[in-house]
Amino acid sequence: MKEFFAMGGYAFYVWMSYGIALVVLIANLVSPLMQRRKLLADIARRQRRQRRAESRTGSRTP
Amino acid sequence: MWTLIVRFLHQMASPQYFYRIAGRLVPWFMVPCALLMLAGLYGGLILAPPDYQQGESYRIIFIHVPSAWMSLFVYVVMAAAGVIGLVWRIKLAEVVAISSAPIGASFTFLALVTGSLWGKPMWGAWWVWDARLTSELILLFLYLGVISLYSAIEDKRVAARAVAILALVGVVNIPIIHYSVEWWNTLHQGATIAKFDKPSMHTSMLIPLLLMALAFKLFYAGVVLMRARCEVLERERNSRWVQSLVEPQTR
Amino acid sequence: MSTLSLSSAFGLLLRRDLTLAYRRRAELVNPLLFFVLVTSLFPLGIGSDSRLIQAVGPGVIWVAALLAALLSLDSMFRSDFEDGSLEQFMLSAHPVSILVLAKVLAHWLVTGLPLILVAPLLAVLLSLPGEALGVLLITLTLGTPILSLIGGVGVALTVGLRRGGVILSLLVLPLYVPVLIFASNAVETAAAGIPTTGQISFLAALLALSLTLAPLATAASLRISLS
Repeated sequence: MKEFFAMGGYAFYVWMSYGIALVVLIANLVSPLMQRRKLLADIARRQRRQRRAESRTGSRTP
Repeated sequence: MWTLIVRFLHQMASPQYFYRIAGRLVPWFMVPCALLMLAGLYGGLILAPPDYQQGESYRIIFIHVPSAWMSLFVYVVMAAAGVIGLVWRIKLAEVVAISSAPIGASFTFLALVTGSLWGKPMWGAWWVWDARLTSELILLFLYLGVISLYSAIEDKRVAARAVAILALVGVVNIPIIHYSVEWWNTLHQGATIAKFDKPSMHTSMLIPLLLMALAFKLFYAGVVLMRARCEVLERERNSRWVQSLVEPQTR
Repeated sequence: MSTLSLSSAFGLLLRRDLTLAYRRRAELVNPLLFFVLVTSLFPLGIGSDSRLIQAVGPGVIWVAALLAALLSLDSMFRSDFEDGSLEQFMLSAHPVSILVLAKVLAHWLVTGLPLILVAPLLAVLLSLPGEALGVLLITLTLGTPILSLIGGVGVALTVGLRRGGVILSLLVLPLYVPVLIFASNAVETAAAGIPTTGQISFLAALLALSLTLAPLATAASLRISLS
């Protein structure tokens, strides 16, 4: 087990590579998920604002 | 059969349809990707024996080579989608093109970094300016150029066309990267797998490599669909179907 | 109303751009001055070890030429874009890529050619051996048009943007790298006394490629930027 982690002395290089790969892949996975959530929240907020504005002007029309 | 395909492609051209279908397709790519990656990592890290010349450090290959292949593959897809969007004005092609750029840039970055981490113990240097490394670095800059040009232009339909031309101009770099090890005396190793005769790599190392390559391809497919959905939402945000996505229409 | 032939349109546009450039000739000196200054900075920064200066000389001259070309690119389309004449060119009956070629030629005559003429001076400043000077001039003569042609694509893509100059470097420099590599390598090899037909042929091929394809890409990019 210890030999597996030591990677014949190259532990730093090998595990750094795999570690960075993991980070890059996860970042690519998470980024669109967060972006989609943000977009939908943004659109919802704008909808609510529009609805509020419409209801306000609606009550003012004679 | 043919009419079914044509009808499918026609429907896919509609952003709303694409958004739904892409959402359902993503897990079908990501789950096999995860499985293949686990299999590849097991084969590469545990089953495959150490290399007689390079010892254990060669195991970086299972990340380095698939990333490098993907960096080229994604660029070609991006350029092709760009051309389709430019010539036939298909929105979906434009969306796929720009969604591919950050993913391709990530793979290029990964290839460069893992290559560097492999080169240090093997060649004694973190970086050399040989033909393949230099042209791969240029590829990274090309990706970054596409991303920044797209974000700089406000009208996204115009931006997509501009970026398509940029990607097309940069596509000359792809054969340069690929053939650089043949055309120049480089420090980087020559082709071992893309040769059409027997590949000079042992099967116990070749299989995990190909598994990882396939896993990366599936990863790209899944993530590009996820990004494309975001891009579609952004572009179509004022349309009725997006509005009703957020809150169902009550009037 | 008589319509112009393509060659007269080309000649007219060329003459127009050269006349306009001549009226602003004080500004034109800037990239040239930049070229000379940057090249001179290196021996000052590196120290007076003449062998070291000789070793880096070809690369320094070519990097400086690249940067000077980048600096001068903005003038290719900017004033025409701002006063609306660029749109008029796009509307003409003549193929836009030929008109683009005229503009690129004018740009090169005004910014690239001076670099070639001043290069012998710089060769002296950097103690470049005599055999290398000839090759330096050849690489500049082949290379600077490539810089103007490829630069044209980048400028066309960014001319409509507010801060396009920043992105222009990012877009254009990766495409310039092959020119830089082959040109400076040619001069270094010539300084060592080795024949350089390979590198020069490659530069000539790059020139042929950009001469045929870059105006098309530039025309398409202009159409997109002006839409």
